[in-house]
Amino acid sequence: MTPRVLTALSALLLAVPLTARVAAADTVFMSTQLRPIEEAQKMRDIILKDYSGKVTYVPQEPAQLPTRIQAEQQGGTHTISVIGALHGELEPLIPLNGLVPVDDLAAKLKDRGFPAGLMRLGRLGTAHQMYIPWMQATYFMVANKQALPYLPKGADLDALTYEQLAEWGAAIQAKTGKRMLGFPAGPTGLMHRFIEGFLYPSYTGGLVTTFDGAPADAMWTRFAGLWKYVNPNSTNYNFMQEPLLSGDVWVAFDHVARLLNALRQKPDDFVAFPAPSGPKGRGFMPVLAGLAIAKDAPDPQGAAALITYLTDPKTQLATATATGFFPVVKADLPADLDPGLKLAAAAIAKTETAKDAVPALLPVGLGSHGGEFDKVMLDTFQLIVLRGVKPHDALAREAPILQKVLTDSGAPCWAPDPPSTGACRVK
Amino acid sequence: MRRGALTPYLLIAPATIFLGVLFLVPLVQTVALAFHADGSLSLGNFTRMAGDINFNDAITDTFEVVLLAVPLQLALALGMAMMLRHVRRGRDIVLWIWSIPLGISDLAAGLVWLAILTDRGYLNTLLFHLGVIPGPESWLTYETPVALLIAIVIAELWRATAIVLVILAAGVQLVPKEYAEAAEVFGASSWQRFIRVTLPLLRPSIQTALILRTVLAFEMFATVLTLGGRNFPVMMSEAFNWQYSQQNYGVAAAYAVLVMAVSLGATLIYLRVLRTPAAQLP
Repeated sequence: MTPRVLTALSALLLAVPLTARVAAADTVFMSTQLRPIEEAQKMRDIILKDYSGKVTYVPQEPAQLPTRIQAEQQGGTHTISVIGALHGELEPLIPLNGLVPVDDLAAKLKDRGFPAGLMRLGRLGTAHQMYIPWMQATYFMVANKQALPYLPKGADLDALTYEQLAEWGAAIQAKTGKRMLGFPAGPTGLMHRFIEGFLYPSYTGGLVTTFDGAPADAMWTRFAGLWKYVNPNSTNYNFMQEPLLSGDVWVAFDHVARLLNALRQKPDDFVAFPAPSGPKGRGFMPVLAGLAIAKDAPDPQGAAALITYLTDPKTQLATATATGFFPVVKADLPADLDPGLKLAAAAIAKTETAKDAVPALLPVGLGSHGGEFDKVMLDTFQLIVLRGVKPHDALAREAPILQKVLTDSGAPCWAPDPPSTGACRVK
Repeated sequence: MRRGALTPYLLIAPATIFLGVLFLVPLVQTVALAFHADGSLSLGNFTRMAGDINFNDAITDTFEVVLLAVPLQLALALGMAMMLRHVRRGRDIVLWIWSIPLGISDLAAGLVWLAILTDRGYLNTLLFHLGVIPGPESWLTYETPVALLIAIVIAELWRATAIVLVILAAGVQLVPKEYAEAAEVFGASSWQRFIRVTLPLLRPSIQTALILRTVLAFEMFATVLTLGGRNFPVMMSEAFNWQYSQQNYGVAAAYAVLVMAVSLGATLIYLRVLRTPAAQLP
């Protein structure tokens, strides 16, 4: 069977149950986010409750999204109207010609107060608005209030540097005898995102292009120094909310969804603040989901109405409360909002609006090579920080492996690396 | 051929077909996958595997655990099987209790031991109350490789000694009492009777138990992953990581082939070293 026939066949197979389930008037909203049953149920029962039209919410595995869109196009049966997905998941739909520009809708929603940076991301490198920002998350730090007295003199928690974080850890260890900094470096932790989106951009201003070189060398030396104050159980931690709640760790970095339980359970015990900054600024990795309209959508009016509804400040707050994804529009937090959520929302806002912020995107365009890319980062960390290999030697060893991953996938550079023609190159 | 002569073959046909389809075909596919890289026949996956930063650790860690755990398990199981011989009442209950770990999944066994050995686990709580340690001690980190190895060996002992015991206990029952009684008449001590009479007669059971246990030990995975995580890579956990985290099926297949080769090698050694001399065959 040729790929074409296969795709057409899969389109048919996919379309049959969908069309069978969807009544004629429903707007189909397919989303790669909020997939687990409880989250999808919250979407249907809480977030979409006040919407006037009829929506069928269809969760979709991210890896199959492009295939699905392609299948609908080639099969000629169009069912999907709105696509909700992460920035990096929407991008591959552009070359497939799977999205229609939403410039008119963006103009209509102008007074919602989307940050200009997020809107620019929504162009996906084209001249048109290709998606409307939907909801966001990021990574930040949480500290136990018991750690605050040991903060270095003159340090501002909201404008902390990596040097100050190391001093802070050292001061805590000197006074308590324990190493109380924590990173999620366990088997399913998100340590690689810390290296990709925070450490490298802060010290080198890039990731791939600056992977090897003097700034990277210096960065790893500093970070290995900082690691002396990190709890050695960090290589077992997957969700930092747990060691924070148990008191094994006082200062920790992680994704908001993996910190939120600590903030919600004991909002009075913790403070939340942006990740530290380095010589090149405050690197951070925004996780942005957007709403796009599928090409040849059966219900474009319904799609626009649904996007308008989902980006309404009230819906945005309901989304934040139900899911832990935060608003992308100006939304005043109500006084009775969960205090833990408030702490997280404030930390995210501070991260985003920091004057020295260096936004670093999730890796884009790596496809099935994403895992090997992350492994290069983690192996480099393991070699230098845990096994004491000289940064220079470790980077020289890993750089060709990184280059092979990029060449094999053909991924062009993504922010903060400068755009490239062809595969991104390690300098 | 007479019709009756076909019957045995027809009877084993379903099992043979089942194994062929669900075992041999994936095996051949895995080997083919391992020896293919970039669309042609190559050793690329194996060089990638051997060049990885975790490869040496994975090999060393796996062999350390196997070489420590399997002999200990054999010794423990032999001792338990011998003791069991002298139990008159409640023998079944003792055997049943001893084989409880067999019914527990690897992952659950790992979690049980994690609950005991973690910083705020039962072991530290006990040591703290006894005044041995001033606060939580870490046993399972990259800074305490020896404690981590001991913890994993203990967990393996707890989890899998029973399988050796069950095989040996069955073997012991088949050894006729007359031999030991005859030896006793000639003045052999109980230790001499064990070494000279029981052990040689148990040889086929020991061989089976060792082959089964060693092959399974080379495939250890969930227990080790739970206790050691990234700090204690073994061959199977590396295969798993290449398959699911890195999504590089070629290198994962190379690891699978390596595990198979090592297991086959161990089996051949046992078959040769512990073979029953022709004179003793029934």
